[in-house]
Amino acid sequence: MTAAPPADLIARLIEAVAATVTAHADELTALDQAIGDGDHGLNMRRGFDAVLAERDATAAKPLPDALKAIGMTLVMKVGGASGPLYGTLIMTMGKELAAGATPADAVRAFGAAIDALKARGKSEPGQKTMLDVLVPVHAALVADPRADVAAIAAAAADATIPMKAIRGRASFLGDRSIGHMDPGARSSSLIIAAVAGVLEG
Amino acid sequence: MANVGIVIVSHSAKVAEGAADMVRQMVGDQVPLAFAGGNADGGLGTDVGAIMAAIEAAWSDAGVAILVDLGGAETNSEMAVELLDEDRRGRVAVCNAPIVEGAVIAAAEASGGSPLAVVKQVAEELSPQ
Repeated sequence: MTAAPPADLIARLIEAVAATVTAHADELTALDQAIGDGDHGLNMRRGFDAVLAERDATAAKPLPDALKAIGMTLVMKVGGASGPLYGTLIMTMGKELAAGATPADAVRAFGAAIDALKARGKSEPGQKTMLDVLVPVHAALVADPRADVAAIAAAAADATIPMKAIRGRASFLGDRSIGHMDPGARSSSLIIAAVAGVLEG
Repeated sequence: MANVGIVIVSHSAKVAEGAADMVRQMVGDQVPLAFAGGNADGGLGTDVGAIMAAIEAAWSDAGVAILVDLGGAETNSEMAVELLDEDRRGRVAVCNAPIVEGAVIAAAEASGGSPLAVVKQVAEELSPQ
Protein backbone atom coordinates (compact mmCIF):
# COMPACT_ATOMS: atom_id res chain seq x y z
CA MET A 1 0.00 0.00 0.00
CA THR A 2 1.53 3.31 -1.05
CA ALA A 3 1.57 6.38 1.18
CA ALA A 4 -1.17 8.12 -0.78
CA PRO A 5 -3.04 5.62 -2.89
CA PRO A 6 -4.42 7.13 -6.08
CA ALA A 7 -8.16 6.86 -6.63
CA ASP A 8 -7.31 4.45 -9.39
CA LEU A 9 -5.83 1.98 -6.89
CA ILE A 10 -8.98 1.96 -4.74
CA ALA A 11 -11.10 1.45 -7.86
CA ARG A 12 -8.88 -1.43 -9.01
CA LEU A 13 -9.05 -3.07 -5.58
CA ILE A 14 -12.85 -2.86 -5.60
CA GLU A 15 -13.02 -4.29 -9.13
CA ALA A 16 -10.62 -7.14 -8.37
CA VAL A 17 -12.36 -8.21 -5.16
CA ALA A 18 -15.85 -7.93 -6.68
CA ALA A 19 -14.69 -9.97 -9.70
CA THR A 20 -13.27 -12.80 -7.59
CA VAL A 21 -16.34 -12.91 -5.33
CA THR A 22 -18.62 -13.07 -8.39
CA ALA A 23 -16.47 -15.71 -10.12
CA HIS A 24 -16.49 -17.92 -7.01
CA ALA A 25 -20.03 -17.24 -5.77
CA ASP A 26 -21.31 -20.69 -6.74
CA GLU A 27 -18.32 -22.38 -5.11
CA LEU A 28 -18.84 -20.40 -1.87
CA THR A 29 -22.51 -21.29 -1.86
CA ALA A 30 -21.70 -24.98 -2.40
CA LEU A 31 -19.25 -24.90 0.54
CA ASP A 32 -21.90 -23.20 2.66
CA GLN A 33 -24.55 -25.76 1.67
CA ALA A 34 -22.30 -28.44 3.14
CA ILE A 35 -21.94 -26.89 6.59
CA GLY A 36 -24.01 -23.69 6.77
CA ASP A 37 -27.23 -22.36 5.34
CA GLY A 38 -26.12 -22.24 1.72
CA ASP A 39 -26.20 -18.50 1.12
CA HIS A 40 -22.60 -17.35 1.52
CA GLY A 41 -21.89 -16.96 -2.21
CA LEU A 42 -25.19 -15.21 -2.87
CA ASN A 43 -24.74 -12.91 0.11
CA MET A 44 -21.16 -12.00 -0.74
CA ARG A 45 -22.04 -11.35 -4.38
CA ARG A 46 -24.95 -9.10 -3.34
CA GLY A 47 -22.63 -7.18 -1.02
CA PHE A 48 -19.80 -6.73 -3.48
CA ASP A 49 -22.19 -5.91 -6.35
CA ALA A 50 -23.32 -3.00 -4.16
CA VAL A 51 -19.71 -2.03 -3.42
CA LEU A 52 -18.93 -2.16 -7.14
CA ALA A 53 -21.96 0.01 -7.94
CA GLU A 54 -20.50 2.70 -5.64
CA ARG A 55 -16.97 2.32 -6.99
CA ASP A 56 -16.47 5.80 -8.40
CA ALA A 57 -17.84 7.62 -5.35
CA THR A 58 -15.80 5.39 -3.04
CA ALA A 59 -12.61 5.74 -5.05
CA ALA A 60 -12.86 9.55 -4.82
CA LYS A 61 -12.56 9.38 -1.00
CA PRO A 62 -9.34 9.25 1.03
CA LEU A 63 -8.41 5.62 1.80
CA PRO A 64 -9.72 5.58 5.43
CA ASP A 65 -13.10 6.96 4.33
CA ALA A 66 -13.21 4.62 1.34
CA LEU A 67 -12.69 1.61 3.62
CA LYS A 68 -15.39 2.82 6.02
CA ALA A 69 -17.81 3.26 3.10
CA ILE A 70 -17.08 -0.22 1.74
CA GLY A 71 -17.52 -1.77 5.19
CA MET A 72 -20.83 0.00 5.78
CA THR A 73 -22.14 -1.10 2.37
CA LEU A 74 -21.28 -4.72 3.24
CA VAL A 75 -23.00 -4.39 6.64
CA MET A 76 -26.15 -3.08 5.00
CA LYS A 77 -26.30 -5.28 1.90
CA VAL A 78 -24.89 -8.75 2.58
CA GLY A 79 -27.82 -10.03 4.63
CA GLY A 80 -25.97 -12.76 6.53
CA ALA A 81 -23.49 -12.80 9.38
CA SER A 82 -20.67 -12.25 6.89
CA GLY A 83 -21.96 -8.68 6.38
CA PRO A 84 -21.16 -7.45 9.90
CA LEU A 85 -18.04 -9.63 9.98
CA TYR A 86 -16.45 -8.36 6.75
CA GLY A 87 -17.97 -4.93 7.40
CA THR A 88 -16.40 -4.70 10.85
CA LEU A 89 -13.04 -5.87 9.49
CA ILE A 90 -12.95 -3.30 6.70
CA MET A 91 -14.52 -0.42 8.67
CA THR A 92 -12.03 -0.95 11.50
CA MET A 93 -9.15 -0.81 9.03
CA GLY A 94 -10.56 2.51 7.84
CA LYS A 95 -10.81 3.82 11.40
CA GLU A 96 -7.27 2.73 12.26
CA LEU A 97 -5.59 4.07 9.13
CA ALA A 98 -4.70 7.71 8.73
CA ALA A 99 -4.38 9.22 5.29
CA GLY A 100 -0.78 8.77 4.22
CA ALA A 101 -0.42 5.43 5.97
CA THR A 102 2.71 3.36 5.44
CA PRO A 103 2.67 -0.40 4.76
CA ALA A 104 3.61 -0.94 8.42
CA ASP A 105 0.59 1.16 9.44
CA ALA A 106 -1.58 -0.98 7.21
CA VAL A 107 -0.36 -4.20 8.83
CA ARG A 108 -1.02 -2.72 12.28
CA ALA A 109 -4.53 -1.60 11.21
CA PHE A 110 -5.15 -5.10 9.86
CA GLY A 111 -4.26 -6.50 13.28
CA ALA A 112 -6.64 -4.10 15.03
CA ALA A 113 -9.35 -5.02 12.52
CA ILE A 114 -8.85 -8.72 13.30
CA ASP A 115 -9.28 -7.96 17.01
CA ALA A 116 -12.55 -6.13 16.24
CA LEU A 117 -13.67 -9.10 14.15
CA LYS A 118 -12.95 -11.50 17.03
CA ALA A 119 -15.17 -9.37 19.26
CA ARG A 120 -17.95 -9.11 16.66
CA GLY A 121 -18.00 -12.86 16.02
CA LYS A 122 -17.12 -13.82 19.63
CA SER A 123 -14.59 -16.17 18.07
CA GLU A 124 -10.93 -17.12 18.20
CA PRO A 125 -8.65 -18.90 15.70
CA GLY A 126 -9.04 -22.69 15.57
CA GLN A 127 -12.85 -22.57 15.43
CA LYS A 128 -13.14 -23.06 11.64
CA THR A 129 -13.87 -19.46 10.64
CA MET A 130 -12.42 -16.68 8.51
CA LEU A 131 -10.09 -15.91 11.44
CA ASP A 132 -8.21 -19.09 10.57
CA VAL A 133 -7.13 -17.38 7.35
CA LEU A 134 -6.81 -13.77 8.51
CA VAL A 135 -4.71 -14.46 11.62
CA PRO A 136 -1.94 -16.45 9.87
CA VAL A 137 -1.86 -13.93 7.02
CA HIS A 138 -1.44 -11.09 9.52
CA ALA A 139 1.28 -13.00 11.38
CA ALA A 140 3.13 -13.58 8.10
CA LEU A 141 2.93 -9.87 7.23
CA VAL A 142 4.26 -8.88 10.65
CA ALA A 143 7.23 -11.21 10.11
CA ASP A 144 7.77 -10.20 6.48
CA PRO A 145 5.82 -7.41 4.76
CA ARG A 146 6.62 -9.04 1.42
CA ALA A 147 5.24 -12.45 2.40
CA ASP A 148 3.36 -14.39 -0.28
CA VAL A 149 -0.01 -13.81 1.36
CA ALA A 150 -2.07 -15.41 -1.42
CA ALA A 151 -0.30 -18.75 -0.93
CA ILE A 152 -0.43 -18.45 2.86
CA ALA A 153 -4.16 -17.65 2.75
CA ALA A 154 -4.92 -20.57 0.41
CA ALA A 155 -3.02 -23.01 2.64
CA ALA A 156 -4.75 -21.61 5.73
CA ALA A 157 -8.18 -22.06 4.10
CA ASP A 158 -7.28 -25.67 3.26
CA ALA A 159 -6.28 -26.15 6.90
CA THR A 160 -9.87 -25.43 7.99
CA ILE A 161 -11.04 -28.68 6.32
CA PRO A 162 -10.20 -30.99 9.26
CA MET A 163 -11.32 -28.45 11.87
CA LYS A 164 -14.52 -28.80 13.86
CA ALA A 165 -16.77 -25.73 13.80
CA ILE A 166 -17.43 -24.14 17.18
CA ARG A 167 -18.94 -20.81 16.11
CA GLY A 168 -21.67 -19.93 13.65
CA ARG A 169 -24.25 -22.04 11.93
CA ALA A 170 -21.75 -24.83 11.19
CA SER A 171 -21.28 -25.41 14.92
CA PHE A 172 -24.73 -27.04 15.00
CA LEU A 173 -23.24 -29.83 12.89
CA GLY A 174 -20.52 -30.61 15.43
CA ASP A 175 -18.30 -33.41 14.14
CA ARG A 176 -20.17 -33.38 10.81
CA SER A 177 -18.52 -30.04 10.01
CA ILE A 178 -15.19 -31.88 9.83
CA GLY A 179 -14.05 -32.59 6.28
CA HIS A 180 -15.44 -29.43 4.67
CA MET A 181 -13.59 -26.19 4.02
CA ASP A 182 -15.09 -23.26 5.90
CA PRO A 183 -16.82 -20.95 3.39
CA GLY A 184 -15.76 -17.80 5.25
CA ALA A 185 -12.15 -18.99 5.28
CA ARG A 186 -12.40 -19.59 1.53
CA SER A 187 -13.90 -16.16 0.79
CA SER A 188 -11.23 -14.52 2.98
CA SER A 189 -8.52 -16.34 1.07
CA LEU A 190 -10.01 -15.29 -2.28
CA ILE A 191 -10.26 -11.64 -1.21
CA ILE A 192 -6.70 -11.61 0.15
CA ALA A 193 -5.40 -13.08 -3.11
CA ALA A 194 -7.30 -10.43 -5.12
CA VAL A 195 -6.01 -7.56 -2.96
CA ALA A 196 -2.45 -8.91 -3.08
CA GLY A 197 -2.71 -9.28 -6.85
CA VAL A 198 -3.55 -5.59 -7.24
CA LEU A 199 -1.01 -4.31 -4.70
CA GLU A 200 1.81 -6.43 -6.08
CA GLY A 201 0.75 -6.00 -9.69
CA MET B 1 -45.36 4.09 26.74
CA ALA B 2 -42.95 3.27 29.52
CA ASN B 3 -42.84 -0.48 28.95
CA VAL B 4 -39.78 -2.12 27.39
CA GLY B 5 -40.21 -2.66 23.64
CA ILE B 6 -39.76 -6.01 21.92
CA VAL B 7 -38.10 -6.59 18.54
CA ILE B 8 -38.18 -9.98 16.80
CA VAL B 9 -35.43 -10.72 14.24
CA SER B 10 -35.65 -13.87 12.14
CA HIS B 11 -34.06 -15.06 8.90
CA SER B 12 -37.62 -15.61 7.72
CA ALA B 13 -40.15 -12.78 7.34
CA LYS B 14 -42.91 -15.30 8.03
CA VAL B 15 -41.33 -16.50 11.28
CA ALA B 16 -40.77 -12.93 12.44
CA GLU B 17 -44.31 -11.86 11.61
CA GLY B 18 -45.83 -15.04 13.06
CA ALA B 19 -43.92 -14.69 16.32
CA ALA B 20 -45.09 -11.07 16.55
CA ASP B 21 -48.70 -12.20 15.94
CA MET B 22 -48.37 -14.63 18.85
CA VAL B 23 -47.03 -11.90 21.13
CA ARG B 24 -49.91 -9.60 20.20
CA GLN B 25 -52.50 -12.29 20.85
CA MET B 26 -51.00 -13.53 24.11
CA VAL B 27 -49.77 -10.26 25.61
CA GLY B 28 -51.90 -7.61 23.95
CA ASP B 29 -50.76 -4.16 22.91
CA GLN B 30 -49.21 -2.91 26.13
CA VAL B 31 -45.69 -3.30 24.77
CA PRO B 32 -44.20 -1.62 21.71
CA LEU B 33 -43.51 -4.45 19.24
CA ALA B 34 -41.79 -4.65 15.87
CA PHE B 35 -40.16 -7.33 13.75
CA ALA B 36 -37.62 -7.70 10.96
CA GLY B 37 -37.29 -10.82 8.83
CA GLY B 38 -35.53 -11.70 5.60
CA ASN B 39 -32.72 -10.03 3.70
CA ALA B 40 -32.96 -6.86 1.63
CA ASP B 41 -33.99 -8.89 -1.44
CA GLY B 42 -36.86 -10.58 0.35
CA GLY B 43 -35.02 -13.91 0.69
CA LEU B 44 -33.95 -15.68 3.86
CA GLY B 45 -31.49 -13.65 5.89
CA THR B 46 -31.36 -10.59 8.08
CA ASP B 47 -31.01 -6.95 7.18
CA VAL B 48 -29.20 -4.48 9.45
CA GLY B 49 -31.17 -1.53 8.08
CA ALA B 50 -34.48 -3.29 8.69
CA ILE B 51 -33.40 -4.24 12.23
CA MET B 52 -32.52 -0.61 12.95
CA ALA B 53 -35.94 0.44 11.63
CA ALA B 54 -37.64 -2.16 13.85
CA ILE B 55 -35.75 -0.90 16.92
CA GLU B 56 -36.91 2.61 16.04
CA ALA B 57 -40.52 1.42 15.60
CA ALA B 58 -40.54 -0.39 18.97
CA TRP B 59 -38.53 2.30 20.74
CA SER B 60 -39.29 2.95 24.39
CA ASP B 61 -37.37 5.08 26.84
CA ALA B 62 -37.30 1.94 29.01
CA GLY B 63 -35.30 0.24 26.24
CA VAL B 64 -35.78 -2.54 23.73
CA ALA B 65 -35.22 -6.30 24.02
CA ILE B 66 -34.34 -8.12 20.79
CA LEU B 67 -35.13 -11.79 20.23
CA VAL B 68 -33.22 -13.54 17.41
CA ASP B 69 -33.19 -16.95 15.76
CA LEU B 70 -29.85 -18.12 14.30
CA GLY B 71 -26.28 -16.80 14.30
CA GLY B 72 -26.53 -14.18 11.56
CA ALA B 73 -29.60 -12.66 13.19
CA GLU B 74 -27.61 -12.22 16.39
CA THR B 75 -24.55 -10.77 14.65
CA ASN B 76 -26.65 -8.43 12.50
CA SER B 77 -28.69 -7.32 15.54
CA GLU B 78 -25.52 -6.52 17.49
CA MET B 79 -24.27 -4.57 14.47
CA ALA B 80 -27.56 -2.66 14.29
CA VAL B 81 -27.33 -1.77 17.99
CA GLU B 82 -23.80 -0.48 17.51
CA LEU B 83 -24.98 1.80 14.70
CA LEU B 84 -27.66 3.45 16.89
CA ASP B 85 -27.18 6.87 18.43
CA GLU B 86 -24.86 6.69 21.42
CA ASP B 87 -27.58 7.52 23.97
CA ARG B 88 -29.69 4.59 22.77
CA ARG B 89 -27.06 1.86 22.43
CA GLY B 90 -26.98 1.06 26.14
CA ARG B 91 -30.74 0.64 26.27
CA VAL B 92 -31.01 -2.24 23.79
CA ALA B 93 -30.33 -5.87 24.73
CA VAL B 94 -30.01 -8.89 22.43
CA CYS B 95 -31.44 -11.83 24.41
CA ASN B 96 -29.98 -15.33 24.33
CA ALA B 97 -33.36 -17.07 24.21
CA PRO B 98 -35.54 -19.12 21.85
CA ILE B 99 -37.18 -16.65 19.49
CA VAL B 100 -40.88 -17.50 19.85
CA GLU B 101 -41.04 -18.47 23.51
CA GLY B 102 -38.53 -15.74 24.35
CA ALA B 103 -40.57 -13.06 22.60
CA VAL B 104 -43.79 -14.07 24.35
CA ILE B 105 -42.26 -14.33 27.82
CA ALA B 106 -40.23 -11.13 27.39
CA ALA B 107 -43.31 -9.25 26.23
CA ALA B 108 -45.37 -10.62 29.14
CA GLU B 109 -42.67 -9.47 31.56
CA ALA B 110 -42.39 -6.10 29.82
CA SER B 111 -46.16 -5.58 29.95
CA GLY B 112 -45.94 -5.54 33.75
CA GLY B 113 -43.49 -2.65 33.63
CA SER B 114 -40.30 -4.59 34.42
CA PRO B 115 -36.99 -2.92 33.52
CA LEU B 116 -34.94 -4.11 30.53
CA ALA B 117 -32.48 -6.16 32.63
CA VAL B 118 -35.34 -8.17 34.13
CA VAL B 119 -37.08 -8.66 30.78
CA LYS B 120 -33.81 -9.99 29.34
CA GLN B 121 -33.16 -12.23 32.33
CA VAL B 122 -36.62 -13.78 32.26
CA ALA B 123 -36.31 -14.54 28.53
CA GLU B 124 -32.84 -16.01 28.99
CA GLU B 125 -34.03 -18.35 31.74
CA LEU B 126 -35.60 -20.31 28.85
CA SER B 127 -32.15 -21.16 27.47
CA PRO B 128 -30.24 -24.18 28.77
CA GLN B 129 -27.63 -22.96 31.23
